[in-house]
Amino acid sequence: MEYFVQQLINGLTLGSIYGLIAIGYTMVYGIIGMINFAHGDIFMLGGFAALILFLILTSVFVGLPVVLLLLVMMAAAMLTASLWNWTIEKLAYRPLRGSFRLAPLITAIGMSITLSNFIQVTQGPRNKPIPPLVSSVYNVFGISVSLKQILIMILTVSLLAIFWYVVNKTALGRAQRATEQDRKMAALLGIDVDRTISITFVMGAALAAVAGTMYLMYYGVIVFTDGFVPGVKAFTAAVLGGIGSLPGAVIGGLLIGLIESLWSAYFTIDYKDVATFSILAIVLIFKPSGILGRPEVEKV
Amino acid sequence: MATLSYSKESAAGTLTVRALREGFYAGLIALGLFVLFVGLETTQNIRNELVLNQRWGLLAIFVAVAAVGRFLGVAYVQPWAAARKAARAAVVQKEAPEGFFVRNFSKLAIVALVLMPPVAVSLLGVQGSLKWVDNFGIQILIYVMLAWGLNIVVGLAGLLDLGYVAFYAVGAYSYALLSQYFGLSFWVLLPLAGMLAACWGIILGFPVLRLRGDYLAIVTLAFGEIIRLVLINWTEVTKGTFGVSGIPKASVFGIWSFDVSAHNNFAKAFGLPMSSAYYKIFLFYLILALALLTAFVTIRLRRMPIGRAWEALREDEIACRSLGINTVTTKLTAFATGAMFGGIAGSFFAVRQGFVSPESFVFLESAIILAIVVLGGMGSLVGIAVAATVMVGGTELLREMTFLKTIFGPDFTPELYRMLIFGVAMVVVMVWKPRGFVGSREPTAFLHERKAVSGSFTKEGHG
Amino acid sequence: MAAGANLMNNDPILKVEHLSMRFGGLMAINDLSFEARRGDITALIGPNGAGKTTVFNCITGFYKPTMGMISMTQQSGKKFLLERMPDFEITRDAKVARTFQNIRMFSGLTVLENLLVAQHNMLMRASGYTILGLFGYSGYRRAKEQSIEIAKHWLEKADLIERADDPAGDLPYGAQRRLEIARAMCTGPEFLCLDEPAAGLNPRESQALNELLRSIRKDTGTSILLIEHDMSVVMGISDHVIVLEYGQKISDGTPDEVKNDPKVIAAYLGVEDEEVEEVIEQIVEIETKQGGQI
Repeated sequence: MEYFVQQLINGLTLGSIYGLIAIGYTMVYGIIGMINFAHGDIFMLGGFAALILFLILTSVFVGLPVVLLLLVMMAAAMLTASLWNWTIEKLAYRPLRGSFRLAPLITAIGMSITLSNFIQVTQGPRNKPIPPLVSSVYNVFGISVSLKQILIMILTVSLLAIFWYVVNKTALGRAQRATEQDRKMAALLGIDVDRTISITFVMGAALAAVAGTMYLMYYGVIVFTDGFVPGVKAFTAAVLGGIGSLPGAVIGGLLIGLIESLWSAYFTIDYKDVATFSILAIVLIFKPSGILGRPEVEKV
Repeated sequence: MATLSYSKESAAGTLTVRALREGFYAGLIALGLFVLFVGLETTQNIRNELVLNQRWGLLAIFVAVAAVGRFLGVAYVQPWAAARKAARAAVVQKEAPEGFFVRNFSKLAIVALVLMPPVAVSLLGVQGSLKWVDNFGIQILIYVMLAWGLNIVVGLAGLLDLGYVAFYAVGAYSYALLSQYFGLSFWVLLPLAGMLAACWGIILGFPVLRLRGDYLAIVTLAFGEIIRLVLINWTEVTKGTFGVSGIPKASVFGIWSFDVSAHNNFAKAFGLPMSSAYYKIFLFYLILALALLTAFVTIRLRRMPIGRAWEALREDEIACRSLGINTVTTKLTAFATGAMFGGIAGSFFAVRQGFVSPESFVFLESAIILAIVVLGGMGSLVGIAVAATVMVGGTELLREMTFLKTIFGPDFTPELYRMLIFGVAMVVVMVWKPRGFVGSREPTAFLHERKAVSGSFTKEGHG
Repeated sequence: MAAGANLMNNDPILKVEHLSMRFGGLMAINDLSFEARRGDITALIGPNGAGKTTVFNCITGFYKPTMGMISMTQQSGKKFLLERMPDFEITRDAKVARTFQNIRMFSGLTVLENLLVAQHNMLMRASGYTILGLFGYSGYRRAKEQSIEIAKHWLEKADLIERADDPAGDLPYGAQRRLEIARAMCTGPEFLCLDEPAAGLNPRESQALNELLRSIRKDTGTSILLIEHDMSVVMGISDHVIVLEYGQKISDGTPDEVKNDPKVIAAYLGVEDEEVEEVIEQIVEIETKQGGQI
């Protein structure tokens, strides 16, 4: 039982990271109907920005409190990743808006290749390990919970709360939802569609950067290829939860985190990704629009 | 007159001011983008700790390029482009009759490909020709064949398949394993690998073809990954990440062998000096034949009811159903036919490398093949071949650019930039030509005259 | 006026019995029963949202009805229960073809190709399910020529022969409507369902449409069920009119009978039942006044 709860906590931690990335996928998909394949690499980019900030801060200000260190790392990662995503949207995706559906997808795949290779070229192809930042572990009823896990979950929950508020309660969120429903009509009603879409990309990137920072802190290592697998898993999470739905993305992320850790714990770790992808396929076959997705009504 | 020239001058003035401002912003953004990644480099020191290297000079170059580039773009290129566009719009476009070269492009290309090995051998010698025949010829033709195969699924039937490489892997492993465990020959296994891949296409396709659009894309991606992960982890059979090596070579229909020790060795039989180049040349003709077979079958199928149903499916699935077309079997045949060519290409790949490992069947390969299909113009065989040549050949060419070392110093390795440039090229080509190199579609039947259908009418499918 | 020609075989070709269709909490069709007779042009009319297109989608298999039975009897006497068949089999085996309210063209294919796609099943059989055709089997070649002849026939009927090699997406709206009908006819149907064929047509095009529908019935004996708002089409060509409101049948009869049914008038004018008498009186009054002026 304790073992099970232990795995549950591990799974939820991992799932939080996937969920944070998945929100970026689901929002961009919701608003312009495009699979932003480069989003996983934006996550990786955020992780690298946090890594570099970590190295700057630890070499310049020795003995900085960990909380401050983490906050600055996160802020820098969010800023950098957002700027990248904003620029990419403007240069590569905007000219293709409203064109051929596959063109933005291919562009995004090209962007993904570009970003990971850009980091490889500028930062080198090797693993980048850092010393553990937060190492306290608490023992509650025989279950060990590390401070990192608590931090990740608290951060995910609070970010989601902020996010939920922005999307549901503010004018910006209303503009986003309107653009999602009908871009042309939203523009006619005076919504600056380009700006709304830009902000969506910026928001998604900021969340991915937070996930990147968490990832770096949790595993203590990052490499330029790290965008792909978490990216695909997060996208899987978004689809599993019902693409376009924000709570769906988080539920999908948590679900995938849980499947992965429980499968590794009780079956074989080698096939954990096979399990994840198989469950995705099975869910989609029986519920094609995902868990929380609106079923696509076939208009005849 | 006076006011006119005045306003012109002021327009030029404001343009310069605007260009300066935009250039400044571009520089600022570039600074933000690159300050961490270009300005600083993470490297390991002797104690294996991460340390930062400072590269402010390089950062300055990046920022300057962005700023000056933007300034020049706004101040000169944009007005020039606008003027050119206006001038072009003013002149009534006369449709120039297509030249001899354009009309017979595909025939000329096939002749050139057939003549390529002898020409390369006579110019560069037997060993010298290897690079052109193998690295360029075979490499590009494999991608041409794969892209033509995927074109049936994506370009004709409009089904977005992000896991095509799975069928390539099935073909490659079918040959590798069946030839090792059962000693079957290449010529038996080539069609068998194609059939096995087609079966996998049906097995994977059957449950998922009900899904639409991006759901189908993600499930095919997932299947691609599942197959790769199984290849990695099923070590008893596939030897995992070590891969299968020592895959037997193909023979010329069993008549001449390329094994050095065999009595019917090709070079011995013809009294030629021993060289691995003959085998490569043979493989070149083999993949050329396989690719042309793919093209031939595609062209034939397009004019058959099944091919037309594929294209109709891409245009409107509901209308297809209202016309009595069984869309599930139609999709499955497209999936299986595409998979079959992927499998055949895979077994060729295995025989060419003599070694297969899961490393060769990563998602990136699927992405590259799909990119070639879309960049070429969906459905157009010629466009796809051109795209494969440009994208694969172009990045191969980068390996050859050793002269760059004299510019950037001896540490410069062009290979390192290969995928970076590939990615950037994908983005640039797509933004420049969203419908690919050949956007129009050839009709499959006509009453009075054959007129190409403009790309603006064709749809790209929802599945 | 048109009914006389087909008195001989006036058996029902399509029988809809107790059809109900529920979407969540909404009862789109509620216990609807009607018949369409062989050789007739039957019109299905009613205000917007009455459930006409839903009836079509149930007949052609795009929706599975919540309850009820839809049976189709072919000329040969063969009977099909449509509610049990998947959509493509309804067209392929039961020989029911349809068009759509929002035109569904294969816009990137040429006009001719559109009509060839409609002959898919015949050509598939002739080509030995592609395999024989791939090797140049002569039977397939003949079938191909024949299919082009059929396409040509319908192109001429629909006045589209000049545009045969143009992309379907390039045709003007009215021509696309005619092409959709021609395409449906290329499947060789016994029963043709047309969803608002005259929507968006100008009076001259509507007239041409009337001609086309009449000649379809006369030359091929195909029975037609159509949804239409354009009363000049409905009253001009249909033998039998069924009126729907809120998913229920409120009237059923010849165009003249339906035209004078108080319930129909009320449905179209949107008044309560009690006021119907009043409304009719008013209409009569207005008509006599106008008559007087002339």
